[in-house]
Amino acid sequence: MSSRMRLRGLVRKEFLQIVRDPSSIAIAFLMPLFLLLLFGYGVSLDSKHLPLGIVVEQPSADTADFTAAFRHSTYFIPHDYATTRAAEQAMMAGRINAILVLRQDFAQRLRDNDGAPIQLIVNGVDANTARIVSGYVQGSWGIWLQHYAQQRGQEFQVPVDMQQRVWFNSELRSRNYLVPGLVAVIMTLIGALLTALVMAREWERGTMEALLVTPLSMREVIVGKLLPYFILGMGGLALSVAMALYLFEVPLRGSLWVLFAASALFLVAALGMGLLISTVARSQFVAGQLAIIATFLPAFILSGFIFDIGSMPPVVQFVTHLIAARYYVAILQTVFLAGNDWSVIVPNALALVAMAVVFLGLTWKKSRKRLE
Amino acid sequence: MAESVVGAVADGSALEVNRISKTFLVGKREVPALQDVSFRMRRGVVTGLVGPDAAGKTTLMRLAAGLLVADSGSIGVLGLDAATQSLQVQGTIGYMPQRFGLYEDLSVQENLDLYADLQGVSEAVRPARYAELMQMAGLAPFTRRLAGRLSGGMKQKLGLACALVRQPSLLLLDEPTVGVDPLSRRELWDIVYRLVREQGTSVLLSTAYLDEAERCDDVVLLHEGRLLAQGTPAELRETMHGRSYEISAADIDKRALQLRVAHTPGVLDALILGNSVRAVMQDETPPAVEGVRCAAVPPRFEDYFITLLRQKTGGMPDVTAMAAGSRQPDSDKAVIEVQELKRRFGDFYAVNGISFSVQQGEVFGLLGANGAGKSTTFRMLCGLLPPSSGTLRVAGADLRHAAAAARERIGYMSQKFSLYGNLSVAENLNFFGSIYGLSGRRGAQRIEWALNEFELRDIADFTSGDLSLGYKQRLALACSLMHEPEILFLDEPTSGVDPLARREFWARINALAAQGVTVMVTTHFMEEAEYCDRIAIMAAGEILTLGTPSSIKQQARSPQLPQPTMEDAFVELIRAHEQRAAA
Repeated sequence: MSSRMRLRGLVRKEFLQIVRDPSSIAIAFLMPLFLLLLFGYGVSLDSKHLPLGIVVEQPSADTADFTAAFRHSTYFIPHDYATTRAAEQAMMAGRINAILVLRQDFAQRLRDNDGAPIQLIVNGVDANTARIVSGYVQGSWGIWLQHYAQQRGQEFQVPVDMQQRVWFNSELRSRNYLVPGLVAVIMTLIGALLTALVMAREWERGTMEALLVTPLSMREVIVGKLLPYFILGMGGLALSVAMALYLFEVPLRGSLWVLFAASALFLVAALGMGLLISTVARSQFVAGQLAIIATFLPAFILSGFIFDIGSMPPVVQFVTHLIAARYYVAILQTVFLAGNDWSVIVPNALALVAMAVVFLGLTWKKSRKRLE
Repeated sequence: MAESVVGAVADGSALEVNRISKTFLVGKREVPALQDVSFRMRRGVVTGLVGPDAAGKTTLMRLAAGLLVADSGSIGVLGLDAATQSLQVQGTIGYMPQRFGLYEDLSVQENLDLYADLQGVSEAVRPARYAELMQMAGLAPFTRRLAGRLSGGMKQKLGLACALVRQPSLLLLDEPTVGVDPLSRRELWDIVYRLVREQGTSVLLSTAYLDEAERCDDVVLLHEGRLLAQGTPAELRETMHGRSYEISAADIDKRALQLRVAHTPGVLDALILGNSVRAVMQDETPPAVEGVRCAAVPPRFEDYFITLLRQKTGGMPDVTAMAAGSRQPDSDKAVIEVQELKRRFGDFYAVNGISFSVQQGEVFGLLGANGAGKSTTFRMLCGLLPPSSGTLRVAGADLRHAAAAARERIGYMSQKFSLYGNLSVAENLNFFGSIYGLSGRRGAQRIEWALNEFELRDIADFTSGDLSLGYKQRLALACSLMHEPEILFLDEPTSGVDPLARREFWARINALAAQGVTVMVTTHFMEEAEYCDRIAIMAAGEILTLGTPSSIKQQARSPQLPQPTMEDAFVELIRAHEQRAAA
């Protein structure tokens, strides 16, 4: 009875503070808005509009025909250079990403069926872009040669005919997997950063001392912090999901309920991390640093949200198993893009349950009703 | 259940401290906070836990509240063990931590509601209890105001109301009177005494103000983690009977007189009080000073404390030899001139149109509670904060245009001492010398000077963060004097240090003033105002009055109060100011 009264008092206090303090609202609602807009509109992993240098040493009908393929592509912005030397300088200066060189004897050798060579120089600093460019140029070259042969009634032998089909994200929009992954980052922020900060704030302002000296038990303190920020976090989730579905038009192929249930699990784990941090960090500065290093950055880098876990070194891959966001990202990307695939959802959800239990258990063990 | 526990020990003591020791780990060092302290606290009285900073007051309070566990020894609170039965203890006591424990973004009413919920006060009794508490605290008209927007005195009373929301049997107040104005202090004491009288509450109140010790029924005197004495203030004071004298002389300057008295054999303490000097003797022989009037006066609690400390540490410090390139005092030259100075933050005036001037070699004091505008005024005078309007000349330079030029001629020492805690004493001196462009032979000379004058040579290689508060204060003063400033700004320089260190500090300041250094000081120790040549009392960004300590005390003289103290005068001024503001 009096326990319920104490809990009610704590939760009401927390909500009043959330409403009055713009920083909590900012982390729970403005930060998701900002991150989603940034990643939804600003960051794209698709290679489009790549600046491509084209050097045609001796223009002819054939060269014009071949380069036209690039001039009308949405993937490239062609820049013409008179000499290879000039193009190389442009690449050094970072104005173009690749150089396509058609030699003087291009038309001649083509007609002699001597396997007219084209030269492609790619800036390999960004390996991903480099691969895309070279793949695209190779593809275009093959197609063009085929056309060229057909026009002349020649038989052009293609050894294997590859028919490509892209599953789950058929338009190959990076937004479709970035936005669901981002939800995991946002939930980490709300769960861990916000809780760690508000607990540290109580220590900093001396109010924790006043709380601890009341007949409040530590269990009530923990629940009193979990409950309000759980609700706030689910609010942040609802905002993020709504933006994903309606603003960025990410498809939701699984069910909304599975999405929210998995998110609730993850949020409890994240809140547990925040509370665990707050048992050691008594100033907002330290709490913020710890939360960013221990939860936010791993969620960003090691969760598979941007960087594929499968291509990480084995040691790092092993470390990712300790990151709660990893399991959540897997569930999110599945539920959004593939559907309710239980073989993915169930094991990952179980992992989340385990992490939540570990974090809250540690917090429980570590927090005593003392000032030391 | 709580009732029966309280009832069972109705005859016992409120607090039983049994050979308590507590050590904290600071970095890799063990710092003892309390060493083998034992005492019993009577029920139904106000017990003062008195001592300077680092005496162990807060640690003891927290141990009693079950927030800390002692290394050895035990504390019984109303018959419960504070360490093993802390939840029950917390269900019976009221506790106000140093910063009042208020949620500043919650309103007065919401703070009360929260603590009522946490303390399990039933809904039925709340309206009556709230009304009673708000009336007592004088906060009834402000229940909807955010706690953060209350004045220091109002916060203190709200903190008290929150601690009292479920009528506790034992009330622990940790330095409740720090930083609030004297009027609010008096009001707090009135409330505390009403609680004791009407409800039989036992109160343990910690304070660093020795004059407050006299208001307690019982005093527990702590110093550096050890118990020095326990008893009623009268008992302790009476051991000093016949050993206090007031000495005055018409033709001798008060500082010269103080020096002369201090060097008379048998004198333990010599303190400036208005135009006269108050001396405490080793025994009942009056001081043998030629050509002065000498009258026996009743002892004060502070006399007792000082005598105890002197017995521990030895005689008076000798700081008369502070001569170093002295300037001739020129009392007609104003070195600080302030006219209609204002500073606005948003729509709030922290300083609202103040004017004064300070002569060379003068010790000028700014008195006021937290939030009165002292620190803002100081920051403007040091060129750290531009004024919103008004003129400001320091050492002949207009601070609006030539702040850097003026800054070379001023020294500044803040409450926090601004030392580099992980540098040694010598390294701190070296650093502060170098930022004022002292290098080579000149720099070495000044460091030598500082090590000698401030008796820092023996500790030159110590890490300054490890020093005691008194030494830190001494080092901070030395650092601010490295470049031989003409004007010295001291922002609450003595807050928290023990009375001996405070006296030593003022002896140095007096010596500096005698050499023509102008000293401007803020303080909330009323007694310290007596050392100043002139003081200005500030409240709500305005100067309420300005004059010599004696003339300000005169203003408050009335038939009921023939011998007003500085605090009486201050309280009168604030009362009058609040009435004007209300009208």
